[in-house]
Amino acid sequence: MANRCAVIGIGQTKHDDKRQDVSMAGLVREAAQRALDDAGLGWRDFDALVIGKAPDMFEGVMMPELYLADALGAAGKPMIRVHTAGSVGGSTAIVAASLVQAGIHERVLTVAFEKQSESNTMWALAPNIPFQQKLVAGAGGYFAPTIREYMRRTSAPDHIGIKVAVKDRLNALKNPYSHLHLPGIDEEQVRDSMMLWDPIRFLESCPASDGACAMVLSSENAVSGSTPPAWVLGTAVRSEPLGMAGRDEVDPRAGRMCAKDVYGQAGITDPFTEIDVAEMYVPFSWYEPMWLENLGFAAEGEGWKLVDNDVTTLEGDMPVDCSGGVLSSNPIGASGMLRFAEAAMQVRGQAGEHQVDGARIGLGHAYGGGSQFFAMWVVGSEKP
Amino acid sequence: MRDVAVVSFAQSVAAEEPERNEVEILMPVVEEARAKSGIPKDDIGFTCSGSADFLAGQPFAFVNGLEAIGAWPPIRESHVEADGAWALYEAWVRLQHGDIDSALVYGFGKSSMGSLRDVLCVQLDPYYLAPLWPDAFSLAALQARAMLDSGAHTEREMAEVAARNDGADVDELLARPFVVSPLREHDCAPVSDGAAAVVLAAADLAREVSERPAWIRGIDHRIEPHSLGARDLTRSESTRVAGEKAGVGGDVDVAELQAPFTHQELILRDALGLNGGTRINPSGGVLGGHPMMAAGLIRIGEAALRITNGEANRALAHATSGPCLQQNLVCVLEGD
Repeated sequence: MANRCAVIGIGQTKHDDKRQDVSMAGLVREAAQRALDDAGLGWRDFDALVIGKAPDMFEGVMMPELYLADALGAAGKPMIRVHTAGSVGGSTAIVAASLVQAGIHERVLTVAFEKQSESNTMWALAPNIPFQQKLVAGAGGYFAPTIREYMRRTSAPDHIGIKVAVKDRLNALKNPYSHLHLPGIDEEQVRDSMMLWDPIRFLESCPASDGACAMVLSSENAVSGSTPPAWVLGTAVRSEPLGMAGRDEVDPRAGRMCAKDVYGQAGITDPFTEIDVAEMYVPFSWYEPMWLENLGFAAEGEGWKLVDNDVTTLEGDMPVDCSGGVLSSNPIGASGMLRFAEAAMQVRGQAGEHQVDGARIGLGHAYGGGSQFFAMWVVGSEKP
Repeated sequence: MRDVAVVSFAQSVAAEEPERNEVEILMPVVEEARAKSGIPKDDIGFTCSGSADFLAGQPFAFVNGLEAIGAWPPIRESHVEADGAWALYEAWVRLQHGDIDSALVYGFGKSSMGSLRDVLCVQLDPYYLAPLWPDAFSLAALQARAMLDSGAHTEREMAEVAARNDGADVDELLARPFVVSPLREHDCAPVSDGAAAVVLAAADLAREVSERPAWIRGIDHRIEPHSLGARDLTRSESTRVAGEKAGVGGDVDVAELQAPFTHQELILRDALGLNGGTRINPSGGVLGGHPMMAAGLIRIGEAALRITNGEANRALAHATSGPCLQQNLVCVLEGD
């Protein structure tokens, strides 16, 4: 069976709308350097590199990992580039973990990034393909009807999305790396912000960010650094087709299967009581109650009640997105890895002001495409 | 390492395909590979694909592949923005975990959607190199010139590589005009669209579904610096190291090399230490058809075929990525 895998180094950049002080290479190197420093390692001390990002048109560079090989010290080593849409940051970490679990490598550096300011994301998401319907709505326009359907099914009140938006931005104030820092954010500001794609308001949406995240994963024998590692207790991916009639985008089957798989590996039967902290991929505020149900933290139709009762706040019984989440920083390709990394930071006690006291088991979750690609891992402070 | 074998392989005819999109090219190939493997669709444990958005000219181009393979009920799946050979590597690693026994791997691309030699310019360092727009033929020509100047090989040897496929007269080839000196038309792979699919199976399952599985005895890949000035273009150090790690040493009956330019085959042969005892590219190699993002996976499939049909007992497959052989993968396959 697969070998143990530990998270021994974690680094991320300051996320911002335009990181004009660094090139793409400078951006990924900033995160990678911090991850290596955290693990007490140098640039020669890893065996392979796994890098991920979302569509290349977001920067306008085809397969940019070829050019980034130099800056990331990959020369002479194996380098793999992963791309699984929005879930890619999570999938990338899972491919890196897979190399360690398979016994191929002792230490793998994994990096995910997006430098959205290099190009125009809306342009990149709106290609004009002959004989195909043109999608000019961007992600918000795509997901708004799904949110509307969730509200219809559950009769959730309008303020739920607003509450999530405020909660995550208050958490972001405790995270120095967060792109958005909105002191004084409150429900009134969110409610009064512009309606972009009804029912999604401006302040219920993620920003477009430049940023990167990196981790060093190791085998049991190659653990290093002064901070105890986070242990990978389970990883899972699931995908389903975009265009299949009858799939449920509010409660995707791939998400449910992925959660069941990863909980099974980690020995979790009741996620609400057994998981101490969750980092979920919530690019629009209403996705928090939706994923609470899809991931089994709440019964179908009940996710919004956890939000309404403040259960998912930093001090609540089931803290979600203590880092501020995707709603506060969204370097797309890195956003999934940030969820995985923040979950690991929590169980290592590294989360600073947004640390959940005594967190021992964390969930990292990412999704992408039209709610069709899922990647998850469960990490813990105790060796399995 | 756990024993993993190629148990089936399918590919489309490499050609410009103005009438079909990527999904339409891919779908019959996946169907064929699955059918040949004898493993029911829903029993496949892992799926991994390789493609590149810039060929199709659309973001998330690979997402459409999921429609082609019918990913329902939901599947364990991943994707590399690279040739399908790297997807096969990822699948081989995943099969080492031991909890699943089979994987579907596919690669696909439509290089004919734009001017490929120019499209590949946006693969270069975006700050220092891409703004100069050195097209892919010109960069390869720089490498070929460096190789000729080093004295390692001659233009005649390059022409001999091309002549091996179609029996052309070498002197006649050498009399033809340059595309970009020292490259002539016969030195350069054509622009092709296409797809390929491979089914991998582990140990007992491979023996169950295949009379003669092509076992993956070693597989490794390495990358070199991107900057052309930072490496010796006349050698392929990454191929040499990958070959060593994959255990190439010893007799190789057949080698399938992804060399989009004739001089690159010469460089690869040197790096892998291949001598006259090895049949090189019996399939015709990529000079006969070069569907980007599938061509490397096709080399593995073609090498596996020679094992499965008994022509070879030990075969080598190679895939490349990036300008002037920047990244290389080597896979060693053996029969029982």
